Amino acid sequence: MSDVKYSTDHEWVRIEGDIAVVGITDHAQEQLGDVVFIDLPDVGAEMEKGGDAAVVESVKAASDVIAPLTGEVIEVNSALEDDPAKVNADAEGDGWFLKIKMSDTSELDGLMDADAYKAFVESEA
Amino acid sequence: MSPDAPVDTHSDIQHTPLHDLHVSLGGKMVPFAGYSLPIQYPTGIITEHTHTRTDAGLFDVSHMGQAWLRAPGDVATVMERLVPGELQKLGSGRMRYTQLLNDDGCIIDDLMITKFAQDDGSDVLLLVVNGACKDGDFAHIADAVAGDAELELLPDRALMALQGPKAAAALGGLLPDVADMPFMSARKIEYELVDLIVSRCGYTGEDGFEISIPRTPAPVFAQRLLDQPGVAPIGLGARDSLRLEAGLCLYGNDIDTTTTPIEANLTWSIGKRRREEGGFPGAERILNEIANGPGRVLVGLTPEGRAPARNGAVIQSGDGREIGMVTSGSFGPTFGGPVAMGYVEAAASAEGTDVQLMVRGKSLPAKISPLPFVPHNYYRAPAK
Repeated sequence: MSDVKYSTDHEWVRIEGDIAVVGITDHAQEQLGDVVFIDLPDVGAEMEKGGDAAVVESVKAASDVIAPLTGEVIEVNSALEDDPAKVNADAEGDGWFLKIKMSDTSELDGLMDADAYKAFVESEA
Repeated sequence: MSPDAPVDTHSDIQHTPLHDLHVSLGGKMVPFAGYSLPIQYPTGIITEHTHTRTDAGLFDVSHMGQAWLRAPGDVATVMERLVPGELQKLGSGRMRYTQLLNDDGCIIDDLMITKFAQDDGSDVLLLVVNGACKDGDFAHIADAVAGDAELELLPDRALMALQGPKAAAALGGLLPDVADMPFMSARKIEYELVDLIVSRCGYTGEDGFEISIPRTPAPVFAQRLLDQPGVAPIGLGARDSLRLEAGLCLYGNDIDTTTTPIEANLTWSIGKRRREEGGFPGAERILNEIANGPGRVLVGLTPEGRAPARNGAVIQSGDGREIGMVTSGSFGPTFGGPVAMGYVEAAASAEGTDVQLMVRGKSLPAKISPLPFVPHNYYRAPAK
């Protein structure tokens, strides 16, 4: 079973060793509506937890994706360039955004598990 | 909805007569112009947008302001003091798009004016103005016509728009005889003892109608429209993307109290006689801009690639000089790519000109492009 964690900014993080795969949650894509463009960072860029990681453009607005962890971007999901709607279809699978090589795994402790995130979403409603 | 569209942040958000219907249809309700309105339904903005272009979409526009203007004398002559549109020669049952202007010739609001003849031979005008502007508009009009005409507000009437190539057949299913109504014409129609005002116009670039109806029967009438073949409910999000593809201005974004109708490419809406005679607010400036050209002009913009440029993005010339600003921008689902409108210096406004749009600190290559982005599909009466 893979270890998936969630941020209060509605990102999910799947841990694969010291690599974190990052995307936005299904709840987030539902709130955004139809995604039409994703501005992804360059591979090699340094992300700082709480800083800007990417921008998601829906028909109605542009929304910032906040970096949930600190580290170096080692891969981005370039399939989203041609098919940004993957984020709506499969936000927590094929619609992943980027992979970060974590520089401080203790930051994971600040993220939520699935049950805590579910409760968080309900508390925001 | 563009995030920059006028939003009233009053806590006392009002409900339109169709509010419960929106909620039952799964509409995602947001505050807009002081009302709770659906930004989208569960199918999403792109599906709603496309459905309106191929079939028919039903929009709740009850937040807009409706009013009668009556006068003991010629009401058109009185109203012409406030707008540059030709109203005196407007036929009965015909409508005009025009603008309320301030003394600088800038736009207080844009509106639709329909003329109806009364039994005694005199005319009345039906005014339909933007929801976010209606209180100010009506105060301005009442003040400006005081003593010569009287404004009767119609807060108890709902307004819905039915838009798309299947709109005529759908509305025709309830109201026979609307199918051959000319574009920009209106009729009073009684339907099951309810008085309707049906006009053939809209804000999507498609054929369609707007239906003014008293509050109480509005939900049943809306449901009957939704039961017609091809009709789906459409929210504010698709309303904005449809009007943008059609090159139609959104008040508060593309036009406001700092823009003139000439800058906004609305010169077509100013009648020949009005251009000769003036007699509307800011006429000196407007007539001068018609004769000599405005300093800046609203243009279409098509960014390369997929990234949209939105309201507020700076427009630069090819050599990096700031020449204007984007006023509306989004993704055009029918166009199949990002589209925008903005003002640029008139000298740099030629179609095909390469420009740069500044988005998040990066420059996005774009071209100045003809409007509309998607051809209008208005009803044309068959040739006789």
